[in-house]
Amino acid sequence: MDADTDLASSLSPPDPIPCDADAHAISRRGLLIAGAGASAAVAAGAPLDAAAQPAARSVPSPQENLVASTRVTLTVNGQSHTLVVDNRTSLLDLLREHLQLTGTKKGCDHGQCGACTIHLDGRRVNACLTLAVMHEGAAITTIEGLGTPEKLHPMQSAFVRHDGYQCGYCTPGQICSAVAVLDEIKAGQPSHVTPDLSARPLLSIDELRERMSGNLCRCGAYSNIIDAMAEVAGVPVPGAGDRRPA
Amino acid sequence: MKPFTFERAPSPAAAVAAAARQPGARFIAGGTNLLDLMKLQIETPAHLIDVNGLGLDRIEPTTEGGLRIGALVRNTDLAADPRVRRDYGVLSRALLAGASGQLRNRATTAGNLLQRTRCPYFYDTDQPCNKRRPGSGCSAIGGMSRSLAVIGVSDACIAQHPSDMAVAMRLLDATVETSRANGAPRRIPIADFHRLPGDTPHIETVLEPGELITAVTLPRPLGGTQLYHKVRDRASYAFALVSVAAVIQRDGSGRFAVGGIAPKPWRVEAAEAALRQGAASAARLVLAGARPTADNAFKLPLVERTLAAVLAQASTSGRTA
Repeated sequence: MDADTDLASSLSPPDPIPCDADAHAISRRGLLIAGAGASAAVAAGAPLDAAAQPAARSVPSPQENLVASTRVTLTVNGQSHTLVVDNRTSLLDLLREHLQLTGTKKGCDHGQCGACTIHLDGRRVNACLTLAVMHEGAAITTIEGLGTPEKLHPMQSAFVRHDGYQCGYCTPGQICSAVAVLDEIKAGQPSHVTPDLSARPLLSIDELRERMSGNLCRCGAYSNIIDAMAEVAGVPVPGAGDRRPA
Repeated sequence: MKPFTFERAPSPAAAVAAAARQPGARFIAGGTNLLDLMKLQIETPAHLIDVNGLGLDRIEPTTEGGLRIGALVRNTDLAADPRVRRDYGVLSRALLAGASGQLRNRATTAGNLLQRTRCPYFYDTDQPCNKRRPGSGCSAIGGMSRSLAVIGVSDACIAQHPSDMAVAMRLLDATVETSRANGAPRRIPIADFHRLPGDTPHIETVLEPGELITAVTLPRPLGGTQLYHKVRDRASYAFALVSVAAVIQRDGSGRFAVGGIAPKPWRVEAAEAALRQGAASAARLVLAGARPTADNAFKLPLVERTLAAVLAQASTSGRTA
């Protein structure tokens, strides 16, 4: 077991390429978070020059003597962060555990429920099913970056108005997804229920429902979620007046 | 998840070289299936090679009048491409019937072909599974097999291939382009790409260790009415029980492939000659040699009925077109 050594004292200049297994080992607990632009040293092992590796180099077993951390720089809600993380860190865990952005929720952690939906380079993705180290240079928006309590995103305030939640756990993912869904329709991306692939998709309740199928709500707030989305999108909802809270 | 080392490959050549240096390495692109399996320790690579920076993300016309789809083209982009929507509608439809918007934004063309089965026993690491642990036995045979394969199966494995996209690719006679470990390119017809389980169900494709998919090419468009009909337990975001991809011409001739019933996209060219005699004849031929379990025998009539629905829709569209 590696000690949690003072990483900064043993650092070579930052290198974006993975740490050599034989170089300074970084314990998994020794994760270092360096703020954007901070002068704090960034943990990295010795440079790994792929071409310089002997062809028959022995590979350590995964369990022992392995430097399994990588440096990554990414922008979250407009702020740049440079971190060294265990390679296994999902983008979701980076947001929640390293940046303390706990608005994004961990539901199933297997890409099935959509609670962890965020915007990655402008597209909605499940943050649980991608590794943080795969996103060097990426721009991420989480629910915290979409709006603030003082200045809600229109989709956030529509969810409030339409009571688009009960327990609220899936809500950040629902809202991030809902915002992206309207953009996808606007961009002309077809869906499973688009009747004609040669035409632009129509803004309809059927389209909204189909496109939101990757976001599960155990409380069953679906109809109010669709009402909120429809309001933001300007789609008339048949019978919505009956369901809408005062 | 087991610890692993990680590197970002800057080019296809570098990716293949990295894989050759690191036995036990895996390429990672979208990661939507691989990471799921790594979290469950069903996949335990010692090294990951991130191929997202290889630049294989374009869709280009080929000199033969078809399309070359880069290995890293995301499912969303492939389904939305105007050329695919116009000339290969069945491919757009199959993609849009699969997964969720979030997953399609990450999942890639090559990764989709390499998806692993969703057999519940493959996923349950407490149970024997010949695919996950060769030689340990098959829990699905005699277990819960409702979603599993009815044809192309063996005594070692009855897992089904989960992909929708691959069914359309098989229908369209796509070709998988690769770079072998020594850097040599290879072209593999999609019909030969996936292997049947036999007594080695853990070997699912003909790819060699370290071989990298670089593109999938489509031949010239087929015209006709192109349809993908997926039958599943939910209206959205569920794997197929049965799916039928078809291209039907005005004279009633055409071709079809079936998903959800076999360890690979299932197409029997000889059955296509019977399409004009109707769904029953064609379904009988495509299902010849089927070995269903009591739990999934319903898939046999379901294939016929799904095909009948597709033919009926094609005939309606053909009249109005």
